[in-house]
Amino acid sequence: MSDRRIIPIGPYHPLQEEPELFRLEVDGETVVDLDVEVGWNHRGIEKLCETKTYDQVPFVVERICGICSTSHPLAYVQAVEDAGNIEVPERALYIRTLVAELERLHSHLLWVGLAGHFLGYNTVWMWSWKYREPILDICETVTGNRNHYAMMKVGGVRRDILPEHVDYILSRLPEIEKFADLIKGAVLDDPVLHARLKGVGVMTADDIHDYGAVGPTSRASGVPGDVRRDDPYAAYGLVDWDVICVPQGDVFAKAVVRVLEMYETIKIIKGCLEKMPAGEIDSKPKVVAPGEGIGRHEAPRGEVFHYVRSDGTNRPIRHKIRAPTYVNLPTYKTSVIGESITDATIILAAIDPCYCCTERMAVYKHKGDPNEPIMTGSDLVRLSQEKTARLRKEFGL
Amino acid sequence: MNILVLVVLFFVISAGTAVVGLLTTWIDRKVTARVQYRLGPPWFQPFADVVKLLGKETIVPHAASKAAFLISPLIGLAGVSLVSFIIWLAIFDPTGSGFIGDLIVVIYLLILPALAMIFGGLASANPLASVGASREMKLALAYELPFILMIVVVLIKSGGTLSLGGLISAQQSGGVYVASISGLLALVVAILCTQAKLGQVPFDAAEAETELTGGILIEYSGTPLAVFKLTRAMLYLTVPMFTVVLLCGGIGSGWGIPLGILKYVGLLVAVVLIRNTNPRLRIEHAVKFFWGHVTAIAIIAVALAVLGNRLGIGWL
Repeated sequence: MSDRRIIPIGPYHPLQEEPELFRLEVDGETVVDLDVEVGWNHRGIEKLCETKTYDQVPFVVERICGICSTSHPLAYVQAVEDAGNIEVPERALYIRTLVAELERLHSHLLWVGLAGHFLGYNTVWMWSWKYREPILDICETVTGNRNHYAMMKVGGVRRDILPEHVDYILSRLPEIEKFADLIKGAVLDDPVLHARLKGVGVMTADDIHDYGAVGPTSRASGVPGDVRRDDPYAAYGLVDWDVICVPQGDVFAKAVVRVLEMYETIKIIKGCLEKMPAGEIDSKPKVVAPGEGIGRHEAPRGEVFHYVRSDGTNRPIRHKIRAPTYVNLPTYKTSVIGESITDATIILAAIDPCYCCTERMAVYKHKGDPNEPIMTGSDLVRLSQEKTARLRKEFGL
Repeated sequence: MNILVLVVLFFVISAGTAVVGLLTTWIDRKVTARVQYRLGPPWFQPFADVVKLLGKETIVPHAASKAAFLISPLIGLAGVSLVSFIIWLAIFDPTGSGFIGDLIVVIYLLILPALAMIFGGLASANPLASVGASREMKLALAYELPFILMIVVVLIKSGGTLSLGGLISAQQSGGVYVASISGLLALVVAILCTQAKLGQVPFDAAEAETELTGGILIEYSGTPLAVFKLTRAMLYLTVPMFTVVLLCGGIGSGWGIPLGILKYVGLLVAVVLIRNTNPRLRIEHAVKFFWGHVTAIAIIAVALAVLGNRLGIGWL
């Protein structure tokens, strides 16, 4: 006898902090199908950007997501620089890399914590968020803010990194290294975590190619895609680091990739501080020539892509954003189906989804005539009146 | 004893267990918070939670089976109250109170809270609750086997005494059972079963807030939820206390009282530590764990106890 039911995760669910809806169709405890619905929090960022000047847009795209708050501006300024052929001073490139890597560090720690929480391992959650604090302190000292750094600017960066900042960063980094060691030992060697995570939600390299998945999701399945190395920008081609790639493709592999990437990130930060040349931090461009350009950045969750078209005025006439979660989300079709509900939740979390980056306008297709609206204003009024009448009857008012 | 005295005692002991149990959950929450670099709640927080819930509206889902939905919290509370009554009477007065076979009654009554949760979850007609209920059912089936085997160890050591008072007196005169290899193994089994009976991580799959958003309790609100919380809090005191009686010789008198409290606190610390250093187990892993590893330990303990009895070696 089949016992199929729909288990909803969302739109408001303690699993994830953002509104999104997964309908898991389960047979007993096994997920047999799944439907993903985003679009609960559409803000029209792309349209909004077209009404702002080139220097105002970074502040808007920074607020797409609190965790990727330097990935979007970085990709955007690179797109504008590409469109207008704008030079960037070398020191600014190093500072961009530095801030972007600090963000990766705190984003990966945030994920480790959330993954612990989803597994019911709240100690890991609280500890990794505590050890995220030194990074946020560094960010606050260097940029003035814990999140939303406002460092990126077309043609350079907004703030310079002073010699005392360098000393401060170097003095706080060992705390993070120590915690990375702790996590590597305590989490990656925990037999219970192995039992929970190994062989769960496996994605093969072919699946990654089919869905075009990016970032740690692809690197955990043996596909070493990383924009930082494949298409170097900022100072990524100038410092020494490695792409972390493991072949297993399960949730545990994704955790391994993220934890090991923290070491590479610390390596990049140290390399930047060491090699950073003196000089200008801003080429102060006055106009953006007509043209179109793209900017790519390896955000903590994968490649973020911005496209900007300029017509020579002070505003972009088209700005297109593609966040990494947008391509990683469909991989759920391969990784979640066939697993149990217990595993489904951690698999959903394993790509480190960011729904506010991914939000799109949702279009509901009408079952009958496609030109007819699904509901008109008067329909909504009627629904509301019916409900009031029903409640009145129920409570005898 | 006079029946009236017994009834009064029953209510006094149940209320006392509820108060101390709620305090215990506060200790659990506070220690957990300190382990996790948080401040944690003030001592009266569990009381405030229950009082607040008692004053809230009780919502019964349309599709729910109303009677079963509302009665099951009471069944759980009744079960745990009776257990605490029997155990505390045995602790305070090992020789004078109790009856032959009260150990068996306690074993039966201790499963009532889990059964009540299952009935409540199934009655609430919510898919998440029924998934939670089925998990709780599997978990109960899993941990009852080693739990009974653990009690068999005690029975072998005591030579078949089926009364709690008898077990306490025997241990107070002849040494506690835990001071032997089989007793120690039985204690390990007892701690793991306690963890599961209390529904704590790693065995909290039935509630699993990040998967099932509360599972069995998802549709409960107001007074019934408060009763479930109270039941859970009373179990926090009663289940470890049962282990203290079975294996550690109860509480005793004079200097035994602080020592007895220490025994209980030791078990509580074990529960809190386990819950803070483990992720939630998948339900099939939990079943495998209890029927595999834990049952194996329990069987070894039984074998050692039999061997010790036959050969007359106390430390086995």
